[in-house]
Amino acid sequence: MKYIDEYRDAAAARACADAIARLVTRPWNLMEICGGQTHAIVRFGLDEILPREITLIHGPGCPVCVTPIEMIDKAIAIASRAGVIFCSYGDMLRVPGSATDLLTVKSAGGDVRIVYSPMDALTLARENPAREVVFFAIGFETTAPANVMAVVQAQRLGLKNFSVLVSHVLVPPAMRAVLESPRNRVQGFLAAGHVCAVMGTADYRSLAAEYRVPIVVTGFEPVDILQGIYRCVRQLEEGRGELENEYARVVRPEGNPAAIRQVREVLEVVPRKWRGIGVIPDSGWALRPAYAHLDADVRFEVQHVTADEPADCLAGAVLQGHRKPHECPAFGTTCNPDHPLGAPMVSAEGACSAYYRYRRRR
Amino acid sequence: MCLGIPGKLLEITEDETSLRMGKVEFGGIAKDVCLAYLPEAQVGDYVLVHVGFAISKVDEQEAEAIFAYLREISQLSEVGDPSVSGELGESGDEVH
Repeated sequence: MKYIDEYRDAAAARACADAIARLVTRPWNLMEICGGQTHAIVRFGLDEILPREITLIHGPGCPVCVTPIEMIDKAIAIASRAGVIFCSYGDMLRVPGSATDLLTVKSAGGDVRIVYSPMDALTLARENPAREVVFFAIGFETTAPANVMAVVQAQRLGLKNFSVLVSHVLVPPAMRAVLESPRNRVQGFLAAGHVCAVMGTADYRSLAAEYRVPIVVTGFEPVDILQGIYRCVRQLEEGRGELENEYARVVRPEGNPAAIRQVREVLEVVPRKWRGIGVIPDSGWALRPAYAHLDADVRFEVQHVTADEPADCLAGAVLQGHRKPHECPAFGTTCNPDHPLGAPMVSAEGACSAYYRYRRRR
Repeated sequence: MCLGIPGKLLEITEDETSLRMGKVEFGGIAKDVCLAYLPEAQVGDYVLVHVGFAISKVDEQEAEAIFAYLREISQLSEVGDPSVSGELGESGDEVH
């Protein structure tokens, strides 16, 4: 397929890794923000063809992993109600809440549906006027334009039986939290290409300038990731800390203005709790008050319960890059994709899931 | 979640709620995609699709620039042609 195969070219990847090896003179720690990039790195073994001086620290860019447990519990409570059709992206179904998960609700007779797009949930609402259709609107900036379009269309069509449970998270405040942490080891970032395709690069340019840290907007194929690493390492070796865009075929400096406009009309910035990490200021999006009538959190009054995470799960440390998945004693023993203790083992972007799928035999 | 896949825009339509839609081909399979956020997209363009929405147009010249840069840093002339060297393999066993 065009724009995929050529970026998986083995000779190009090796040439890139060799160029990094010629460039590097001392150890550097880089963080790839996005879990999609983590999966590509582990799947194609990119970390293994890099010179030993380069350490890749896996970042918190897995929305399924960081959705707070209280929000999962809320989703479970709503999905368990009679008359509700609860729609979610597939990854969320196995994510453990404090007592159960959405998949268990489904097998106990709850009407939980996996949708590919939020517009599928909207269609279900139009086809089932006597049922309450709820969409679990999670994700980073990449997914927000799609999720808000469902809200805007529900409003336009006057759908009374549709609502959304919103738990959106934002990347730049999370990068700031990483940089501000006293335990921070990260010296350069690969920024998440598709988040920047929507939002543009201005926030990252400011972060790079403020912290004098290299930030390279990077794509998701092997050659993209290696070239992102090359550009990051070159900046570090030359003592620079700037924004560069490796993924210019998709990312424009201004992002997608139509999408940004629509998102800002529907959502407002709020503090958000990240599972395993804690509350990060201004790191989330929630519905503006004008859309409260479409907010599932308002429509269904759910008791707020705070729950503890399993003590033997290191998901928080993994999400913050303090530990690698295989350093967790539960990894591959009490925790596996069929019986996950933490969300990073479930999600297609979770670091634990990547190591389980591609590194378990070692 | 942030997975985005490039595909070729085959036709532009409107759905029954007058939302700008299109058919996008991914490796031989055509899917309906919302084009509301890419008013400038034309038939024949490659667009990046995420959860049923086109969020960006793929720029052909910039797509090539990756390999120009690679040739510059690697002093190789043949990189960027999978028919010569083959695709990168996966590491380890996939158990699912």
